[in-house]
Amino acid sequence: MTPSPAPSRESWPCTKLKLWILVLLRMAIGWHFLYEGIAKLLNPYWTSASFLLESKGPLAGLFHSAAADPTVLKIIDFLNIWGLIAIGLGLMAGFLTRAAAAAGMVLLALYYFCNPPWIGYAYSVPQEGSYLFVTKNVVEFFALWVVILFPTSRTIGLDGLIFRKKGRA
Amino acid sequence: MSAEETKSPSADAAADIVKPKGIGRRSVLGALASVPFLGAFVYSFLSKKAAEDARKKAILSELGLPAGGRAPAFLPRTTLKKQGQLVRLGFIGFGGRGEDLAISAGFAHPDIIAEQRQKALEDKENKWLESWLNQDDLNVDFAAVCDLFDIRTERGVAAASNEERPGGAKGFPGAKRYKRYQDLLADKDIDAVVIATPDHWHTRIALDAVAAGKHIYCEKCLTRTEEETHQLAAAVKASPIVFQLGHQSRQQESHLQAKDLIRANVLGKVTLVETSTNRNSPNGAWVYDIHPEGSESNIDWETFQEPAPNKVPFSKERFFRWRCWFDYGTGLSGDLLSHEYDAINHILELGIPKYATASGGIYFFKDGRDVPDVFQAVFEYPDRDLTLVYSATLANGRVRGRLIMGHDATMEVMQGLTVYADADSTRYKDKIEKKIIDPELPLASYSQGAKGIDTVTSATEKYFAGRGLMYTYLAGRIMDVSHLHIADWLDCIRNGGQPRCNIDQAFEEAITCHMATRSFVEGRRVAWDPAAKKIV
Repeated sequence: MTPSPAPSRESWPCTKLKLWILVLLRMAIGWHFLYEGIAKLLNPYWTSASFLLESKGPLAGLFHSAAADPTVLKIIDFLNIWGLIAIGLGLMAGFLTRAAAAAGMVLLALYYFCNPPWIGYAYSVPQEGSYLFVTKNVVEFFALWVVILFPTSRTIGLDGLIFRKKGRA
Repeated sequence: MSAEETKSPSADAAADIVKPKGIGRRSVLGALASVPFLGAFVYSFLSKKAAEDARKKAILSELGLPAGGRAPAFLPRTTLKKQGQLVRLGFIGFGGRGEDLAISAGFAHPDIIAEQRQKALEDKENKWLESWLNQDDLNVDFAAVCDLFDIRTERGVAAASNEERPGGAKGFPGAKRYKRYQDLLADKDIDAVVIATPDHWHTRIALDAVAAGKHIYCEKCLTRTEEETHQLAAAVKASPIVFQLGHQSRQQESHLQAKDLIRANVLGKVTLVETSTNRNSPNGAWVYDIHPEGSESNIDWETFQEPAPNKVPFSKERFFRWRCWFDYGTGLSGDLLSHEYDAINHILELGIPKYATASGGIYFFKDGRDVPDVFQAVFEYPDRDLTLVYSATLANGRVRGRLIMGHDATMEVMQGLTVYADADSTRYKDKIEKKIIDPELPLASYSQGAKGIDTVTSATEKYFAGRGLMYTYLAGRIMDVSHLHIADWLDCIRNGGQPRCNIDQAFEEAITCHMATRSFVEGRRVAWDPAAKKIV
């Protein structure tokens, strides 16, 4: 009989199916981040300026002034592009997965609070769906939380090689 | 803890024999499990990129544009020639526009700086002062000022001596104050003049400036009448002075990009051009503030109305809101049609039309003015098989982009520009059928500050390009087109060459505007006789 691949001492309920669904979740989020990053990297016209300038809500002032400062904007663009790529690769390869997932959550929170879909805020940029408080960013944020809590990368991923002894990823 | 650690000691020992570093087979397999996913990613990514590159290349070669577009045509820091010797400026007319031009040249009244500093404190997003202080020092001295209203002359003097200057420039002792512009022109210490008076004074002052050998930056509209236009153009052309007309939008990057696309014949045969002005505020309709201290004692009314065809008793309304009367200007023609016409003339090089028909009325601002507040003019160019339509209202603020309509595509020019292929285009028929070109999506677009023309644009980028709000700065700096326009003029004074809106373009602008005005006033279609050089 194949031993259960449950990777944790706490033995979270994990059949093979559950493990692979969780791995697929991790891969899907990683894929999404990675492509978002690469698409921006390859588009010479891309900048976060327009996104930041549209900002509303409590942090709008911060985002607007960031967009208005060419140096800050350059740094933000750089961090965003390479952050997305690194997070995407980390999630897909299962490499430093918890750190990658946590960083992804920070980025998603920033995106969310830049343009929060709260009552009273209207945006002139066309959106692809209809949102009230909860956006796909929020869903992805919680999905990453799941990725952190169920460390599949120690079974399927490079973390299995790195964190063998400590059992942490 | 990994699965391997739950195995029996003997299994571990066996694994250790095979892999001395203690890496389990399962760990290696687990680590490798992500390879197919990454492989699938790389494969699909490369396929998508290849498809997009092929489409982009196909469109660019169809448009005859270099891949990646061209670099922005005007980068102030890199293309401005050496600042050279100091140019000493005299400002003739220091009302709203005169003061604005002084600010663009690097001289702001201390009150304006204090006010902007306060605004920046209250609102961190307000970068006006910061960007003004970062402007290039144009190496000019605001050396003299002349205005018929004493309080404005005093403002000029205060602005000229302000120590706080852009680009770390030094302050100057201050401007000489003249009551008569003739005395300012006679001053040997003045090299060049900025004429920002009402239109009815432009010609006389400019003619005298030419005679005095001073370079001229003159506000639009060049003149108030056709006769003045002939006189002034002849005088400027016969002299060595550098003349710039105040159409600062000639420095607008999107117009230069539009010119490139027109040159590449991206639109096909252009038959109709539509341009417009919409404003919806008293200030926009020239109901400017009347200075509370303005009176007959400090305003030289008789000199003000000297070149005007009709003489009336002292009127503060007429002095401060002169654009509302044909005695001093030409209303929408000379103020705003002039900008729109010049923008289109810059992009399409149309020249003077063959025919003009204009109409309109005073429909909203029934405040005693005699110029229309709703106005439209149609210009025919039979030699170009093209009509230019202008329409304006001062009682609605809807922004309408400039539309250049060709058989193969339409271009909308604002701060940025977008080009859409026409669904029934002959040239793009093949590519539309093959789905390489989608008439619903921009064929090409340009946003202010971007590196060139782009051909594959996302919905969001398309939206921003259309609104023209994507970039407010060029080459990393907030751009003031008036500053660039003055810098262009100074460049030519120091290094030779013709500025972007020279006397030839100024002549075309004034004649075209006067054709519209004549048509409106006389209620008939007027024509330009190119042989006789006359509006008939």
